[in-house]
Amino acid sequence: MADAPGATIQLENLTKRYPGNPAPAVDCVNMDIKAGELVVFVGPSGCGKTTTMKMINRLIEPTSGRIRIDGEDVTGIDPVRLRRKIGYAIQASGLFPHMTVAQNISLVPRMTGWPKRRIAERVEEMLDLVGLDPGEFQGRYPRQLSGGQQQRVGVARALAADPPVLLMDEPFGAVDPITRDHLQDELIRLQHELHKTIVFVTHDFDEAIKLGDRIAVLRERSHIAQFDTPEAILTNPADDFVSGFVGAGAALKRLNLTRVRDVGVVDFPTATVDDPLQTIFDRLRRGTTNEVLLLDRHQRPYKWLRRGDLMRAEGSLARAGTLVHDTVTRDATLRDALEAVLIDNAGRVPVTGRRGRYEGVVDMETLMNSVHELLEEDRLDAVEHQHLLEEQRAQQVLEEQEGTTDAPEELA
Amino acid sequence: MSGVRPEAADPDALPGRDGAPGPPPRAAARPARRVTWRKLLLRPCFLLVLLLATWLWFRGAGLDSVARNSIADGNVWLRLRQHVVLTVVSTFFVLIIAIPLGILLTRRRLRPAAPAVVAVANVGQATPAIGLLALLVIWMGIGMQAALVGIVVYAVLPVLANTVAGLRAIDPTLVEAARGIGMSAAGVLRRVELPLAVPLILAGVRTALVLNVGTATLAYFGGGGGLGDLIASGITNQRMPVLVLGSVLTVALALLVDWLASLAELLLRPRGLEAS
Repeated sequence: MADAPGATIQLENLTKRYPGNPAPAVDCVNMDIKAGELVVFVGPSGCGKTTTMKMINRLIEPTSGRIRIDGEDVTGIDPVRLRRKIGYAIQASGLFPHMTVAQNISLVPRMTGWPKRRIAERVEEMLDLVGLDPGEFQGRYPRQLSGGQQQRVGVARALAADPPVLLMDEPFGAVDPITRDHLQDELIRLQHELHKTIVFVTHDFDEAIKLGDRIAVLRERSHIAQFDTPEAILTNPADDFVSGFVGAGAALKRLNLTRVRDVGVVDFPTATVDDPLQTIFDRLRRGTTNEVLLLDRHQRPYKWLRRGDLMRAEGSLARAGTLVHDTVTRDATLRDALEAVLIDNAGRVPVTGRRGRYEGVVDMETLMNSVHELLEEDRLDAVEHQHLLEEQRAQQVLEEQEGTTDAPEELA
Repeated sequence: MSGVRPEAADPDALPGRDGAPGPPPRAAARPARRVTWRKLLLRPCFLLVLLLATWLWFRGAGLDSVARNSIADGNVWLRLRQHVVLTVVSTFFVLIIAIPLGILLTRRRLRPAAPAVVAVANVGQATPAIGLLALLVIWMGIGMQAALVGIVVYAVLPVLANTVAGLRAIDPTLVEAARGIGMSAAGVLRRVELPLAVPLILAGVRTALVLNVGTATLAYFGGGGGLGDLIASGITNQRMPVLVLGSVLTVALALLVDWLASLAELLLRPRGLEAS
């Protein structure tokens, strides 16, 4: 089943006024979101970010302005039809407690009239996609799931009818930090596979940096303070409001922007538990390092084995070596990797892929080198950006000084 | 009768065992279920004993011609049947009036009208039933019709109030989630709101049913028949056995109806809500 790629979203002069309130809740938002992009709306509470998002699927009807999805003006079409083409995931999952997991996920496909068999297949596919075992979870009720599992099902439900656009309203706001971290990683993985257009609302700037292809920092009445890539916002905040929001420790946050997949993963001599002892001995003797990484039957990192370990354990693999206590995935941020490397007493951590399979190792040296490169690059970019801005400003000043004809119009 | 009841309870208990898949919830659901099971069996046994004892006592009591006259020609069966009909028909009307009205009063446009309507329903219940019945008889004439209207007016409130409360108690984010994933207004009501409100609505229906069995005894005074006839003739003729028979039958009917309603509550309550 080929999944539909994302669609573009354009917001044109989108405004929401509530009766009895002279100031608009959302004031004239203009935004171009590219197909397949994950855009995060971030801002203080009450800044109108959720209102802006809910206008995209018209849970809140805009007072004025247009919304275009894939070029089509959807401001006037039947909202029910519109919403069936837009996935919607909310805080605390929004699962219906009286329906099983399968029933929850199949809601939109059922409403849009998919054939029964395809729906059943789709439910399993979706559960697989969000990392839940279909056999185990299909028949459960939301009450029987943990918060993180509920949230996964919520995402599965939002994706079930394969919508090109996905709206997520603080979907990970109600789960504990560890689960939230996992869910964020999962979302990144999903987005790598699916390339949907996602609008994600959060008030957590770190989450925004971690997830967003681009971030819209919103201030009161949904005014866009800056709409740019996370790198640009971190290294070059547009104004005091944005830098206030970015907060301290920008260099450390920068580590959140790069993933293990983007830096070199080095190979490490490995052996599996099924290998005969002699082979492992040979490998240890011949290899360039005096250490191998022992993998279990499923190719998952299991133990670090040093040359002397086997001797000391008298040839028993069960007793030899030290257990691998932490691994990172390719989607893990450099910050996570750094943390794992710092904790490991030999300064390296195995990288794993799907189902925990071994893919390589990251060590301190690789990390240091890549971080230095990154920071240097950012610095150059920022300098260039600065030049560009200064030139523009100079140009503007020049124009204003030359022709005063435009000025009255601007003032009006 | 006793053979029917455990069977009626059975299909309720079985899917519960199969339907709870996860081990921890199953462990949590089991003890709760067992208690309801015992409760379910207790009521019919008690009723059976009550009826048997009454029957034995009634057979032993010496009946004179007046007493015999008031239970002659299958009068007891007739009154019992009338009573059941009164209860069933009035409950039916209560349901088709109160539930749709409750739904309407929770829709956005009519929400402001809810307090006023509930107040009117309150008046219906606050009025003494016998007074209400008398007024209705003056207005509609003697007969079952007036009695039915009286019973219905009297019992609308609990169902209406519970329907409104049940629909209002639903987490608004769930309703918004339902709209957000593309359900129409009717779809939200049918698939989300009503199923979630079912426990409270059913509790209201149960109250109404029991109320109706009680109020239906007053139907006799409006010429509506029912077990009230036995009670009244027992009182006016000063024949204890007839009076006791009438009241015991009324009590037994009320308890039976309440028991059936509790069964319905167990069966119709959506599965996913059980763990609470």
